[in-house]
Amino acid sequence: MKIEINDLRFTYPTGLEALQGISLTIESGEQVAIVGQNGAGKTTLVRHFNGLLQPTAGSVLIGDWDTKITSVAKLASRVGYVFQNPDEQLFSKDVGTEVKFGPRNLGYSKDKTDELVKRALTLTELSDKTETNPYDLSPTWRKMVALASVISMDTPIVIFDEPTTGQDALSIARIAHVIAELRREGKTVVTITHDIDFCAENFERVIALSEGRILLDGVAANIFGQDEVLAQTYVDPPQLTRLGKKLGFKETVRNQEEFLTSLRGTSDSE
Amino acid sequence: MAFINLNNVTYKYPLTKTPALQNINLQVNEGEFVAIVGPNGAGKSTLCYTLAGFVPHFFKGEISGTVEVAGMDSSKSTLDEWVLNVGLAFQNPFNQISGAKYTVFEEIAFGLENTGVPRNEMKPRVEEAMKLTDISNLADRSPYSLSGGQQQRVALTSILVMRPKLLVLDEPTSQMDPIGTREVFGVIRKMAEGGMTVVMVEHKMEWIANFADRVVALKDGQVLMEGKPNEVLTSELLAENGFGVSRYTSTTREAKKQGLWKKENLPVTLDEAVEGFKK
Repeated sequence: MKIEINDLRFTYPTGLEALQGISLTIESGEQVAIVGQNGAGKTTLVRHFNGLLQPTAGSVLIGDWDTKITSVAKLASRVGYVFQNPDEQLFSKDVGTEVKFGPRNLGYSKDKTDELVKRALTLTELSDKTETNPYDLSPTWRKMVALASVISMDTPIVIFDEPTTGQDALSIARIAHVIAELRREGKTVVTITHDIDFCAENFERVIALSEGRILLDGVAANIFGQDEVLAQTYVDPPQLTRLGKKLGFKETVRNQEEFLTSLRGTSDSE
Repeated sequence: MAFINLNNVTYKYPLTKTPALQNINLQVNEGEFVAIVGPNGAGKSTLCYTLAGFVPHFFKGEISGTVEVAGMDSSKSTLDEWVLNVGLAFQNPFNQISGAKYTVFEEIAFGLENTGVPRNEMKPRVEEAMKLTDISNLADRSPYSLSGGQQQRVALTSILVMRPKLLVLDEPTSQMDPIGTREVFGVIRKMAEGGMTVVMVEHKMEWIANFADRVVALKDGQVLMEGKPNEVLTSELLAENGFGVSRYTSTTREAKKQGLWKKENLPVTLDEAVEGFKK
C-alpha cells in the first residue's frame, strides 16, 4: 500500500516546528529506512502515518485514506507501528494474549487470527514464551513481543521505530529476517534507524531527515556516498562504505559482498 | 588496591533459579575506561547494578563474594553512601527521568539538590555539564518532550553533573545518532583522562576499540575473556560465542580466508583496517 505525503508541516503545542514541509511518496511494497540526527523529526513523521499525530498543514494519504478524516482505530488495519520503547505498547498478562490482541480487534476470523499469531511468534522466536508475562522478559525479548504483536495484525504497512536499539548480533539478525519476510510478502516497510550498517544491509531506499526537512532521498548507494551532506544530520556512512572510500574504491560499497568484489578489483589491477 | 574489586561475586535475583552473575572477578584501576560486551542476557546490566550498589541493596536477592568500590564494601555500606561515589546511567533513559521536574535544566540539577549542593554552586555546574554534552539548547524544554537520543544525553548529563568517582553506563548511546555517539564517547574518554573511572556496557565495537582501555566479555553471567580491545574484539572465541563484531573485523576475517588480508591480526577500527589493506 502506498503512502503519499504532501507538504506536511507539524508544530508541537510548545511551538516547536518539528516538520517543516515534507513531501514524499512511498510506493506499495517499498522498504525504506529513515535516518538523521536526534530531534530531526523522524518519529514525529512516522506518527502521522497511523494518525497518532495530525498535520498542522499538508496531508498524509494511506492508500486512499486521508489521515485527517480517518480514525486511528481504522488506520490500524492498514498501518502497524512498533514503538521505539516496547514498554509504551505492552499491557497484556502474557505474550500469547498480547500478540493476539491486534488481530482479534481487527475482526479476523478465529482461524485466521490463530494462524497470524502462530506465524508472528515463529518469526520472532517467541513460540516457547506464550505463557510468560512480557515484563518478566528482558528488554530484548520485550522488543520481540512488541514486534510480534504488530506483525500479527498483517497490515499492508509496517513501521519500525529503531528496532535494533540495545539488541545483540543474534537479535539484530532475527529482526533483519522479519523484515526480509515482510518484503517477500509485499508489505511496505518504513524503519527509523541509527544503525547505519543495519540500514545498508537491509534497505534499498534511504531518506535522511534534518531539522524537519528531507535532506536526502534516494538509492542507498547514492546516499551513503555523500558523507559530507550526511554529516549535516549527524550520520556517518556505513563502516564498509567508509573503508572503501579510504582505500580509493571507485564505487560506493555498502556490504561485505560489494566490498570484497571491489577489493579484488583493485588488487588484480596492481 | 584496585578502585573496583569484585571477588568471586555470584548473584541471584529474588525468585529466580539461575544466578545472573557467577564467580565474577574483576579489578579496575582508578581512571580506567573499561567496556563490557556480551550478548543479551549475559549479565551486563546486572554487573552495572552491582557496581552501582543496586544489587543487592535495591533488588535484594542472594549475593556472595566481595564487592568493593572506591573504598566502600557493599556488605557494609548503604545505598545513600554509594550514590555519592557512583553514578549510573540506565539503559532506558525514560526510566531515569525523575518526573518531578518541568525543564531539562531542573532535571539535571535534581541530583545536586538532593545531595545538598549550595544553590550558587549548582547553577554553574549544571551549565558546565550541559555544555560538555552539547545540550545547552534544550535547557528550557520538558524532559518528556525530547527525542530518545536527546533524552539519553539528558540522562547522561544528570549523572556527569554529580562528578561521581565511578561512572557506570548501560548502553548510553543506544538511541543516539552516529556522530552524536562518537562525540559522547569522546566526552567519556575525556572524563576518564581526568581521573574518573568508567565502566560502560556497549554493542558498538568500533567506538569501544577507539576509546576504551580494556574490554571485558561476559557470557551467561561469567567472564569469558578480558584484555586489550583489539585482542578481545577480534578473537575467535568471541566470534564462536555469538558476540557482535565490527564490520571491519567480520569482513576482514572473510578477506583473510580469501588471501586478501596479509596481516596476522584482524582490525576493529577504520584506521586499523585502512593500514592493513593498504600495504
